[in-house]
Amino acid sequence: MLSHVDTPLKQTPLYSAHIDLGAKVVPFAGWQMPVSYPSGILSECQQTRTLASLFDTCHMGEFLVEGDCFQSGLDALVTASINDMPVKTCRYAVTLNDNGGIIDDLIVYRLAPDQWMIVVNAGNIDKDEKHFLSHLKSEKSFKNISPETGKLDIQGPLAREILKDMVKGIEKLNYYSFDHFDVLGERCIVSRTGYTGELGFEIYFPRHKINILWERLLENKNIKPAGLGARDILRVEMGYSLYGQDLDDAILPLEAGLDKFVDLSKDFCGKDGLLKEKQSGIRRKMIYFCSESRRAPRHHHKIFQEDGREIGFVTSGTFSPFLQKGIGFALIDRAIDLKGQPIFFGDEKNKIAAQLAGRPFYKKGTLKI
Amino acid sequence: MEVMKHYFYTKEHEWINIDGETAYVGITEYAQSALGDITFVELPKVDSEVEQFERLAAVESVKAASDIFSPMSGKVIEVNTALDSKPELINKSCFENGWIAKIELADEEEKSNLMTAAEYEKFLEGLEE
Repeated sequence: MLSHVDTPLKQTPLYSAHIDLGAKVVPFAGWQMPVSYPSGILSECQQTRTLASLFDTCHMGEFLVEGDCFQSGLDALVTASINDMPVKTCRYAVTLNDNGGIIDDLIVYRLAPDQWMIVVNAGNIDKDEKHFLSHLKSEKSFKNISPETGKLDIQGPLAREILKDMVKGIEKLNYYSFDHFDVLGERCIVSRTGYTGELGFEIYFPRHKINILWERLLENKNIKPAGLGARDILRVEMGYSLYGQDLDDAILPLEAGLDKFVDLSKDFCGKDGLLKEKQSGIRRKMIYFCSESRRAPRHHHKIFQEDGREIGFVTSGTFSPFLQKGIGFALIDRAIDLKGQPIFFGDEKNKIAAQLAGRPFYKKGTLKI
Repeated sequence: MEVMKHYFYTKEHEWINIDGETAYVGITEYAQSALGDITFVELPKVDSEVEQFERLAAVESVKAASDIFSPMSGKVIEVNTALDSKPELINKSCFENGWIAKIELADEEEKSNLMTAAEYEKFLEGLEE
């Protein structure tokens, strides 16, 4: 989500390191973030798919919640069931407004039976904090630890190999689990999670010392920094949603292809709104499609049927280095059955042919090896 | 930033390399660098006519899609079909192997509307401030 904001853009502690590396910096969700380094976006994608990349994700938000998930009110804040989560595991969920629209998508970490960490999107930290505080039973059970928390993502088939000396015992982490490790003398959380489809880890590290970790990791020749440009292509190739494009306050999780992260057997904020929409009929659905050429769909392109009828719009699109074609997601009219029919993306003047495709577009990801 | 001495330039960062009555057209180092990795080039049709500063072609990169305008009027007599499968030629060699179209010029006087290499270099300096 590239956005123009009125407030001054924030910088992560690694801002100078990015500039020194020759990064191009762009505004993203209120932050000045590296979009690419001199090797270029496609080379950074290739690096991530074949070796490993290092991403600065210090802009993201982290909350701590203390207490039993039901008594604290946390369970009711997220659409997925969390009571059954084993300690040291992660779970993806969304948090909804009264209408059932998505306030944010997030990852819940169960630190202890009665202790939780919630990782949220950078652009939504303030909105989420307000929402959490207004629904948790006690303000005292909540702490926004984003200001003191730094985060780096190490993603790629060699990620484990690169980290195994620095993070003793990392081999035992399964997909979507985490533990506390001693990293450069700091006790910190390392989770086996990511946003690229490759084997990868996220390290939560004291923010004021994050430069030391960044530099130490880059001493390994198999890992190179990668920016938001590569991150966006890699996540679109995996069919992962991005808040602000594929998800927002007016999009229902049942429209956005997130049905499996919504547990309708439990109570949660926004469930009434969601059920009301469900009863009156969900109007849209997310489709995943592949261009028939190298031409890429762009955010806000329209989607047409063969007869020229407009049926929706592109929420995310990019050129896929893996498929050597354009790929994208679009929200379209749910009533339309597209089976076997071509669709077109673009505008009234320029329509480009595409075919429906399945998620993920990239099927060789190493995330579960 | 690299500039070819004997080429002429537009403010939109296209170049034209005139050789008698024909000329090669492409985009500059500044343009390819700003666009990033180029993933698709929409080439003009051979035999099509183009007016000075009108749309000639389009390129898509990992960051954006943008139109390419013709530095001078004329008839397209050849296009660089290598770009169909290797659009990255523009990133690797924007002034030579990454040329886009060859044009039979309609009016050589039109080049007075373009910048010389020295003028374009000055123009670039202004942009970097």
